Amino acid sequence: MDEMKLLDLLSLYPRASVADLADILGEKEEDVENAKDSLEKRKIICGYHTVINWDKTNIDHVDAFIGVSAKPERDRGYDKIAERIARFPEVSSLYLTSGSSEFLLSINARTMREVADFVGGKLAPLEGVASTVTMFVLKKYKVNGVTMEIKTDVDDDRLPISA
Amino acid sequence: MLDYDKLISEKAEKMRPSGIRRFFDLVADMPECISLGVGEPDFQTPWDIRDAAIHSLEIGRTKYTANAGLKELRMEICGWLKRRYEMAYQPEEILVTVGGSEAIDLALRALIEEGDEVIIPEPCFVCYDPITTLIGGKPVPVATTEENEFRVTAEQIRAAITPRTKMLVLSYPNNPTGAVLRHEDLTAIADVLRGTDIIVLSDEIYSELNYTGAHESIAMIEGMKERTIVVNGFSKTYSMTGWRLGYAAGPRPIIAAMTKIHQSCIMSAPTTSQYAAITALRDCDDDVDYMRRQYDTRRQYCVRKLNEMGLHTFEPKGAFYLFPNISSSGMTSDEFCEQLLQKKHVAIIPGSAFGACGEGFARISYAYSLEHLREAMKRIQEFLDEIKGE
Repeated sequence: MDEMKLLDLLSLYPRASVADLADILGEKEEDVENAKDSLEKRKIICGYHTVINWDKTNIDHVDAFIGVSAKPERDRGYDKIAERIARFPEVSSLYLTSGSSEFLLSINARTMREVADFVGGKLAPLEGVASTVTMFVLKKYKVNGVTMEIKTDVDDDRLPISA
Repeated sequence: MLDYDKLISEKAEKMRPSGIRRFFDLVADMPECISLGVGEPDFQTPWDIRDAAIHSLEIGRTKYTANAGLKELRMEICGWLKRRYEMAYQPEEILVTVGGSEAIDLALRALIEEGDEVIIPEPCFVCYDPITTLIGGKPVPVATTEENEFRVTAEQIRAAITPRTKMLVLSYPNNPTGAVLRHEDLTAIADVLRGTDIIVLSDEIYSELNYTGAHESIAMIEGMKERTIVVNGFSKTYSMTGWRLGYAAGPRPIIAAMTKIHQSCIMSAPTTSQYAAITALRDCDDDVDYMRRQYDTRRQYCVRKLNEMGLHTFEPKGAFYLFPNISSSGMTSDEFCEQLLQKKHVAIIPGSAFGACGEGFARISYAYSLEHLREAMKRIQEFLDEIKGE
């Protein structure tokens, strides 16, 4: 079974059932199931996420990016502090980056107060964290490849029959 | 009131309405139908290309270009032909046209005289025959067969050649069959043509949609470049059908003659499209790879489904069409397609619209999303079950 084909298909149709995938690929359901399991176990497939535009609901929601300046530790470099930051459930993504600070993380919370409590009460006091810069998200235009609040392409407007 | 019937030229009057036109009218009356009848990609033009067009407008590139097309674009086309297919052309051997269709029209008009014969392997795209007839040439259809995977053979061409033969049309990868010529087919055909004055019009508009190997042009076979006009374009490769941009590459004297006609009837191809095309050739290989991969998944899915449901379907090697043999239904192509449309609201095109030898077949386009294709395949299966039960 061609794993690349399965990945290609799943990246386009993450919600396709195993039966659908087997039908499209012309493989046995069992084989697709096994291949998918294996990809998940090896963390090649890391998750299936839903992209929600919370601004269109009446649920309070605040997103922020936080730059974190930190000192590396002897032997373990940045990995140990990264692990401690990543463990907070509020943190949705965490990257070690080049530039003015060491880490860039994103956080999803309900209110500004929650963000402030997280930064002031949890993140800044961590050993090794020197300073933080918090950037609140004002408007989202594109998330994980999905555009929001901007003009999208027209639906299929091809002539139904052409040579 | 004028009697327009008397005013229309006999040649225009005699042009047969394409078999596709009738289906278009049927489908237009059935908005709920799902179509597998398109001859163009479903992908949007890659954004980089659209952005380049918008930028060209912002800075005021709104005038005619040189008749033959922007020099920068023609150089880029030469670079691309070299990079992709090892084909060596100079900008003076390139003419930028309004779609590949204009290049086909110009090539025929620049070369064909009253009574000249044009060998046209069928089934094929619908324009070669009517344009040849319109300019007084004589189309000589050659029927390709399912047994030979719809590849025209050197023997068939040899048998069709007469003292009046002026041109051979080769359109591979082929619309509507998806056939591709192999290296040995090309060399055998070249052996027949070398030493004659016959010019090849090689319509390679689907050259980048080849799923089983790299595209090879007949112009690359020894002794053939000097007798070949290659037609290609941006519509299928970059999903730019509406931009109307193509080109011809060929011997200078032929390109010069085509350019003379082009400057009288067109002036120059759309300027915005030409600037967009420069970006397409330079920056969009990845987009083409992506689209080819998607088409390939759909191709494999559909060919398997059709064969499983008992419609024998040759595995197409290129383009984005399937050409199932529907003769087991006991119906003609027309009847089959019309009943499928009426009963299951799925629109496909009778093979006979692409030449007499297309009778017994139908063209299915897979330039659609997999969801769309799966629903259509389900309905075709239901249709076959129902007619078997009758």
